[in-house]
Amino acid sequence: MTDSNKIKESEITDENIYLNRRNFLKAGLLAGTTAATAIGYRFLNPAAPTEVKTAEIADVIKNRTSNPPDEKTPLEDIANYNNYYEFSTGKREVAGAAKDFVTRPWTVSVDGLVEKPRVFGIEDLLKIDQEERIYRLRCVEGWSMVIPWVGFSLKTLLEKVKPLSNAKYAAFQTYYPGSAPEGNEVKLPKGDNGMQSALLAGIAFPYVEGLRLDEALHPLTILATGIYGRLLPNQNGAPIRLVVPWKYGFKSIKSVVRITLTDREPPTTWNIQSPNEYGFYSNVNPNVDHPRWSQATERRIGELVQRKTLMFNGYGDEVAELYKGMDLKKNF
Amino acid sequence: MSDPKFDKFLIFVNSLVPLAVLVWDAYFGRLGANPAEYFLRTTGVLTLVFLILTLAITPLRKIFGFNQLIKFRRMIGLYAFFYGCVHFVTYSIFDKNLDLRVIAADVWKRPFIAVGMTALVLMIPLAVTSTNGMIKRLGGKKWQKLHRLIYPIAILGVTHYYLIQKSDITYPLLFAAVLAILLGYRIFKRYFPASRRMAAE
Repeated sequence: MTDSNKIKESEITDENIYLNRRNFLKAGLLAGTTAATAIGYRFLNPAAPTEVKTAEIADVIKNRTSNPPDEKTPLEDIANYNNYYEFSTGKREVAGAAKDFVTRPWTVSVDGLVEKPRVFGIEDLLKIDQEERIYRLRCVEGWSMVIPWVGFSLKTLLEKVKPLSNAKYAAFQTYYPGSAPEGNEVKLPKGDNGMQSALLAGIAFPYVEGLRLDEALHPLTILATGIYGRLLPNQNGAPIRLVVPWKYGFKSIKSVVRITLTDREPPTTWNIQSPNEYGFYSNVNPNVDHPRWSQATERRIGELVQRKTLMFNGYGDEVAELYKGMDLKKNF
Repeated sequence: MSDPKFDKFLIFVNSLVPLAVLVWDAYFGRLGANPAEYFLRTTGVLTLVFLILTLAITPLRKIFGFNQLIKFRRMIGLYAFFYGCVHFVTYSIFDKNLDLRVIAADVWKRPFIAVGMTALVLMIPLAVTSTNGMIKRLGGKKWQKLHRLIYPIAILGVTHYYLIQKSDITYPLLFAAVLAILLGYRIFKRYFPASRRMAAE
């Protein structure tokens, strides 16, 4: 018994070393593969938000209009969750892709059915009284924010060019390389300026939008030059964009280079892309669903539970008048 | 040298890593401005990834001779079901506030939801019959026939992904292309088996 015991003891020691080495290998393999999987996942799902460092806008007029009781969405969220297909179709990727977008020199041409067509330099537009407007923004995708814009009424600008009496609509155009408006005074950045092809985005460029003239002249409709008292970050439509708070977000066209008054309903990008899903009006309406998803509720950024979507995004008192007698199910 | 139990454990842990990082990011508020949407989309994509991995095993074995891979197929398939369930639960809680009537209306009214739900429901019998006991009880042939359901499930899954896109269909097309290769391989094998090809030559 003692003899056989001795032999066995040595065997056990051997096996222990062997097992230890194997366990060590296994632990290494486990740690190595999980780290690789995690790094692979992280590579496909980057997670660093971009900081906003744009200049402050001087002398912003506050509280000229009443503000919604809703809590404002943090700047970091507003600047890192964007739909701006010229840069990326990923909402979290736009900020990074638009980082090097050049917005100087910049002009906005206002033409068409107006008495005095004019090309405005961005410097001139920034000289117009800038006021803060805290608006709800409801995206057609079913999420919403509350954004403290800085800007001025579109009406202020349109009055400078004197619309003709036969002007019925306003057409807007976003900057896109190679599609600048005509005119000697037009000055816009050259090159591709960081924007991608329409093929990758799946929608046609330049992005175009439109409003009825009474919508364009409505006091709630503004041209925004900033958020949170600072100049617009590139990803939010720098240097100047439209904001129409009672319509789905895609109507609020970004980085505007041209406004043309017309007598005919102008073509609009998403309506061209998918006419049964996105109408010309695109007023926020909880009773008319998008063909593929419900519009009855929305997720306010920062909240986990869905909240009810309000008719005209809660601006019914101000704008319902514009659509009196219209069938909003047909004119969605 | 090979330790089948440990190999399976490796695959088991690695398959949980994406969920672990996702939950970690969620806990520390790093999922971006809309964490619910991000969680929903990511678990959906992970479901498709695991469906594709499950379907990749047979071609990889037959073409490259990686026969060992068969040991992991059941687990990877069950992970596809697992991520599909997490995806569904995320949708039910954060998109629909756990309102069953709203969910039912959604399935009825929206083709892309109906397509996704069909795929998930079809995965249930496959998950249930994935045990050794069930394979024996059904018999190999019957079991195999039933488990061919994974082909329509994968097609429905990718279709579901395609239908939710607004305009950029790069990722759905990528999944569709890989799926087409994996299913195309099987069709090719079925209609042009090696023996017949040789005979023709």
